[in-house]
Amino acid sequence: MELNNWLLLVPTGAFVLAALALFVIDSIDPDSTNGTLLSAVTTAGAVAAAMVSGGLLLSGAADPGVELFDGQLVVDGMSLIFTFIFGSVTALVALGSHDYIRELPHKAEYYLLVLLAATGMSLMASANSLAVVFVSLELASLPSYALVAYLKTNRGSVEAALKYFLIGALSSSILVYGISLVYASTGSLLLTDIAAEAGTAASDYPGVLGIGILMVAGGVAFKTASVPFHFWAPEAYEGAPAPVSAFLSSASKAAGFVVAFRVFVVAFPIGSVVASIDWVLLFQVLAVLTMTLGNFAAATQENVKRMLAYSSIGHAGYVLIGLAALTGVGGGTESIVLGAGMLHLLVYGFMNTGAFLFVALVERWEIGRTFEDYYGLAREAPIACVAMTVFMFSLAGLPVGGGFLSKYYLFAGAVGAGVWWLALIGAFNSVISLFYYSRVVKAMWIEEPSEPIEIERYPTALYAAIVIAAVVTVVLLPGLAVFDTAAFDAAAALL
Amino acid sequence: MYIEALILLSLIGAGVVFLAPNRYAGKLAFWLSLPPLLVSLYMYAIFDGSGNALLDGDIAFETFGEWLTLGQYAINYHVGVDGISLPLIVLTTVLVTLSILSAWTPIDDRQSQFYGLVLFLEASLIGVFAALDFILWFVFWEAVLIPMYFLIGIWGGPRRKYAAIKFFVYTNLASLVMFIGYLGLVFGLGDAVTSTGLPEVAQALRAGQLGALGPVGPEALAFVAFLAMFVGFAVKVPVVPVHTWLPDAHVEAPTPASVLLAGVLLKMGTYALLRFNFTMLPEQAIALAVPIATIAVISIIYGALLALAQSDLKRIVAYSSVSSMGYVILGLVAYTVYGVGGATFQMVAHGLISGLLFMTVGVIYNETHTRMVGDMSGLADKMPVTSGVFVAGAFAYMGLPLMAGFAAELFIFLGAFESTVLPGAVVFTAVAMFGIVVVAGYLLWAMQRSLFGPFRLETDYELSPAPLHDVVPLVTLVLLIVLLGTAPDVFFEMIRDATHPVLDFGGDL
Repeated sequence: MELNNWLLLVPTGAFVLAALALFVIDSIDPDSTNGTLLSAVTTAGAVAAAMVSGGLLLSGAADPGVELFDGQLVVDGMSLIFTFIFGSVTALVALGSHDYIRELPHKAEYYLLVLLAATGMSLMASANSLAVVFVSLELASLPSYALVAYLKTNRGSVEAALKYFLIGALSSSILVYGISLVYASTGSLLLTDIAAEAGTAASDYPGVLGIGILMVAGGVAFKTASVPFHFWAPEAYEGAPAPVSAFLSSASKAAGFVVAFRVFVVAFPIGSVVASIDWVLLFQVLAVLTMTLGNFAAATQENVKRMLAYSSIGHAGYVLIGLAALTGVGGGTESIVLGAGMLHLLVYGFMNTGAFLFVALVERWEIGRTFEDYYGLAREAPIACVAMTVFMFSLAGLPVGGGFLSKYYLFAGAVGAGVWWLALIGAFNSVISLFYYSRVVKAMWIEEPSEPIEIERYPTALYAAIVIAAVVTVVLLPGLAVFDTAAFDAAAALL
Repeated sequence: MYIEALILLSLIGAGVVFLAPNRYAGKLAFWLSLPPLLVSLYMYAIFDGSGNALLDGDIAFETFGEWLTLGQYAINYHVGVDGISLPLIVLTTVLVTLSILSAWTPIDDRQSQFYGLVLFLEASLIGVFAALDFILWFVFWEAVLIPMYFLIGIWGGPRRKYAAIKFFVYTNLASLVMFIGYLGLVFGLGDAVTSTGLPEVAQALRAGQLGALGPVGPEALAFVAFLAMFVGFAVKVPVVPVHTWLPDAHVEAPTPASVLLAGVLLKMGTYALLRFNFTMLPEQAIALAVPIATIAVISIIYGALLALAQSDLKRIVAYSSVSSMGYVILGLVAYTVYGVGGATFQMVAHGLISGLLFMTVGVIYNETHTRMVGDMSGLADKMPVTSGVFVAGAFAYMGLPLMAGFAAELFIFLGAFESTVLPGAVVFTAVAMFGIVVVAGYLLWAMQRSLFGPFRLETDYELSPAPLHDVVPLVTLVLLIVLLGTAPDVFFEMIRDATHPVLDFGGDL
């Protein structure tokens, strides 16, 4: 393999190297209580991955896509965008975790699991065959189960992990069975070869291929926390340590989507497979159900962390528009919606991670998790509350952060693709979401606490992670211009 | 350059004040609000634009930069001012500085957050009046809501939470409706435009390039978009029947926030109506002239009658705002030089006058701790300057000659009376004039009850003359009102120059 091609694997390599470094540190000093070094190594590895993938993306080094290892992996614009998301989210989570797990045991294992999961996700972004999809998905999932159970003396954490694991195992088996059916009908695992055979397979074995695709969609729905495999998410996000919830709901969800984008767009061209299954229609239905269910459920929560969990389901619904609007109207419009889905996940990576890290900060202060516990927080911690306000309004789609633009792109793209009703339902959901997001803002700034809040110390690293996430969220409003062409080009290259 | 300086100076000021200790926040905010004020006055002094910014006029202080591209539509960073927006920017900077002074007495909790939000509000408001690209404009438009939501919600009266949420939800829903309406137009224009820029879209629409959008034909699309934008902006203005958020918001808001809400935020609605509905879709505006004029006149009369029924001074001023904004709509729909120009002039004049009245009510409340007309009388002896200012403000509201309100209302009535596009213009104008009588009625009543007669105060507070930092803004505003009343050309000349192209759509004026 040429040197240049090795360079394209540097982002993934950075995750692996940082993980190996943690192994070494842990073997030399297994009882290490020095969390700073561990957190710094993890953050550095993740930042390196993000910087390199961002640099490669913007320099166009991987255009129009480079296949590696006989086409098992592909590095292209989309894989680099998502690796950038995973790197950024992992860095923020690692930085924020430093304070969160300060007094807890097994620090090295914690960071190691985060890095291994991130490695799996970056491979998911590059996976160009269904075999690699499955292996990398498991590499990302197994550490996640353990991370959710990290607070192993906490009932909620263990219960959440068990539920997450059981549903994960079920959906993995559905996915692998779906892959076997696709293989049976097309005779290949490579996405491009599947695409070549899909037309014939759809006419020869419409049932086998159709059920196979349906099951692959099920596996993806689990990873992205979309209907109908969403119900693990509220428990898992609520029970997990808050930085892990941030990691799962931002990075893991994005990883699910990158697989969905690549597998469905590349391997199952809608023109060829429509005879056996119309997956565009399937995703239209799923998008509407997912965003509506997520938003309505979020509106009824009393617990902020759980509200964020349901809102994360709602956002999965918005991103599904990226697939649901591929109605065959032509390259220009389709690459806008698909690219908009990527951009939304990019912005979401910062604003949602930041929001969960704020929850982590409040948990660290042992103030509580309900809206009522948040009353009057702004008096004690105005800067963190400004950041949280930015996250909430940006998640709701108000133009204080990049969330407004990426949502606008999605909805405008949907209108352009002729599915204006999808955009309308999305906009309607967005208005509902303002209701529950602004409840958090109201609790922090406007309500008075029933008893005075006492905050003893202000953890620096966690604060830094939250403030960085907020600044990036705001900067992404004007700064989305840096990424938008890259995302649209990446989508166009895929289509 | 200058506009960026204005916005950045206010934003930096907001950040500095937010982090400053509460003790110094008020003074610091005052000093930090001066640079934007001076810059805006300097901009007024060297203003060299002509014509309407949307209709191929010479835009002053223009900056253009590429921002985003979405398919065939570019979203640009495009700002600049013309004779309509510059007066409103000056109004904003003046009122922000004065309202900061007026906040020194009543705001005694979380000061740094309060003044930080006020300066953030200033930056957003300047952006609204300066932006010439729709998406950029929308960013500022929505950004205005956030500080106002907090100002009402945190420092407001007893029902502040309800009022803040009501304000937030009402105006947000309205924004969504308007947003969809405008984008419908952009998509309907198809290849005729290459960006979401306001000038480009306005000119394409006036050139009749609107095409069909899906099954909706161009005529129907323009009609629906006009309605969507009208509804969206009408909530902001507000006109009857979507005005109900306003009295709640005003009564609960702290006085300095009321000053900005009435003085500048309401003008966002009428400014947007002028920029969008009446500039971009004149044919639809003329087709709907009678219903719009009816709404305007109902707002004038009903608002005034509602004010007449109140006994809370702040509510009186709040409802009278509904009435005054009705005049603006009437002027716009008349489509005459004096009508549209007068409407724009009224935006500035009403900004100053309503700001003055809210401040006066605030100063009286600081001393008496009541706003009920029935609780007080004979204040003139104890608070001579404040009472004098109140009288001046009330007369300005009633349209006393040589004050800004007179000039504005005169222009509007002249313009409305001459209107050729509004059937029954004479009747509408005559009924609207009746509103002035009602205004005189309730203001004279409130003034006479509270200011004159033997001294009596139901609440037990020692009255003392208002402190200097309360009096200075009041007197400044009175002087500005007299200035605009005696020399309306300070603003009216550039306003007329910028509004004239709006009326020029082929037919007779």
